[in-house]
Amino acid sequence: MVENSTVENLGLDAAPVPYKSEVKNLSFYYGAFSALKNINMVLHEKQVTALIGPSGCGKSTFLRCFNRMHDLYPGNRYVGDIILHPDNVNILSRSVDPIEVRMRISMVFQKPNPFPKSIYENVAYGLRVRGVRQRAILDEKVEEALRGAALWEEVKDRLNQLAYNLSGGQQQRLCIARALATDPEILLFDEPTSALDPIATANIEELIADLKDKVTILIVTHNMQQAARVSDYTAYMYLGELIEFDVTDTIFIKPKNKQTEDYITGRFG
Amino acid sequence: MRDDKDLSEIRTIIARHKLWDLIFMIVGVLALMIAVLTFMALFAHMLIEGMPRLSWDFFTSFPSRRPGSAGILSAWVGTILVMLVTAMAAVPMGIGAGIYLEEYASKNIITEIIEINVTNLAGVPSIIYGLLALSLFVHQFGFGQSILSAGLALALLILPVVIVATREAIRAIPLVIREGAYALGATKWQTVSDHLLPYSAAGILTGVIIGLARAIGETAPIITIGALTFIAFLPPSPIKAEFPFLSFEWLMAPFTVMPIQMFNWVSRPEEEFQANAAAAGLVLVVMTLAMNAIAIYLRYRMRKNLKW
Repeated sequence: MVENSTVENLGLDAAPVPYKSEVKNLSFYYGAFSALKNINMVLHEKQVTALIGPSGCGKSTFLRCFNRMHDLYPGNRYVGDIILHPDNVNILSRSVDPIEVRMRISMVFQKPNPFPKSIYENVAYGLRVRGVRQRAILDEKVEEALRGAALWEEVKDRLNQLAYNLSGGQQQRLCIARALATDPEILLFDEPTSALDPIATANIEELIADLKDKVTILIVTHNMQQAARVSDYTAYMYLGELIEFDVTDTIFIKPKNKQTEDYITGRFG
Repeated sequence: MRDDKDLSEIRTIIARHKLWDLIFMIVGVLALMIAVLTFMALFAHMLIEGMPRLSWDFFTSFPSRRPGSAGILSAWVGTILVMLVTAMAAVPMGIGAGIYLEEYASKNIITEIIEINVTNLAGVPSIIYGLLALSLFVHQFGFGQSILSAGLALALLILPVVIVATREAIRAIPLVIREGAYALGATKWQTVSDHLLPYSAAGILTGVIIGLARAIGETAPIITIGALTFIAFLPPSPIKAEFPFLSFEWLMAPFTVMPIQMFNWVSRPEEEFQANAAAAGLVLVVMTLAMNAIAIYLRYRMRKNLKW
């Protein structure tokens, strides 16, 4: 492991932004296969952190640790901690219910995955799961979330229409609204624009920039330009290891690690 | 650049390969024709023989020793009541078992053995279910030779069909939809009841109807249980005048069903009874086809809103 990938040596501690989350010695196993190897990094509060690296490097696997998605499938094992602040809880701990973690940390998937329900019901679903029944509260939260996802103006007159009638980019913003409706502390994005055209991609990137006022964001992308455009911090991963983690500008302008530099400059990956 | 000799060689190869396309197409069409024409011939034969017997009286008369006045009243009422019991028993059990296996059961050796057995159950000869029902429902539980016993026997018979249809319908739902629900903090039951069940309803329903369409023609298990072949009265009405207005006496009533009525008539020596059998067969085939048509329609209707 390279020297500058541990939290202590990042030289970022002096930064004014507090940590939202600290990843400590995280390893992850699919059965016997070690997909993540001893990862240490932090998420700065209300900042965008990007995970980059070649296919199969474990960036999506890492992202899905944050909402315990791996618990859905048998044979998966976490080692190490992901500490969530301010309450300092290790969300990977066996004593922490994964459902509770998912209620605090939302996720937007690679392909837009709206439910085959109305636009309104899609956004309201997270609230319904939490037992919200009053129509007035639902209405208010749905509107707020749709505004937050820059979709309100486009759909306000057809909230009861099927979500599939929306375009791909709109569907992905709907999924962002669905994730926002429950006021998550961290928003996870798993290559959110890989299924979208350039204009829809630009919209989503703009949206991510706006969202960081409200929420801490962790985004997986295989598009380096996207990482450079939207993120404040970038982590480069390779073969399940965190090779380098730093301020995005540093990673892209003068990476400390040769491997990172090769990847960034396109000589590899 | 290729020379002409090269090209003509390529053309010969293509022509030879295309010959196989043609041969396969002819074989395929022949196979299809054998299947379709056989059914059409059977159906036409039944139509010609049975059509003259079809009348309002045929549906509203009890069986009789005189072929001209014999009808299928007790048979179609019996079939519908037995099907009702079958559906009531097989649908909740089959869907429940399917959901459990697909969504809740941990993947271990025991689950795998159960899964293999469920699939194998679909291949068990139906008379075996009849024997099971005879000893379990008729004697052990004391249900007697009743509509209830028959319905439960057929429910066991189609249970694997419903379980497999449920599992396949749930599996057809894209993983990202399921993960989307879990990612919002839904529990297993919330995911099942809010998403998996509604989205797979079309597939499950199709499976149920196909299962029932199979059960409606089953004869062997019903004979094993001891359905009557000649019955000149109807089961007690499920609705009565005094409170609580519903009666379940019919569950325990003796009964007959369409295929048994047909079997009875076919085994008679008189020529006229053969026409009765053909007419009853016609009704049974139309009932089955109608059920399949409903299945196709429902699948179309309910899948319209799903884009996968």
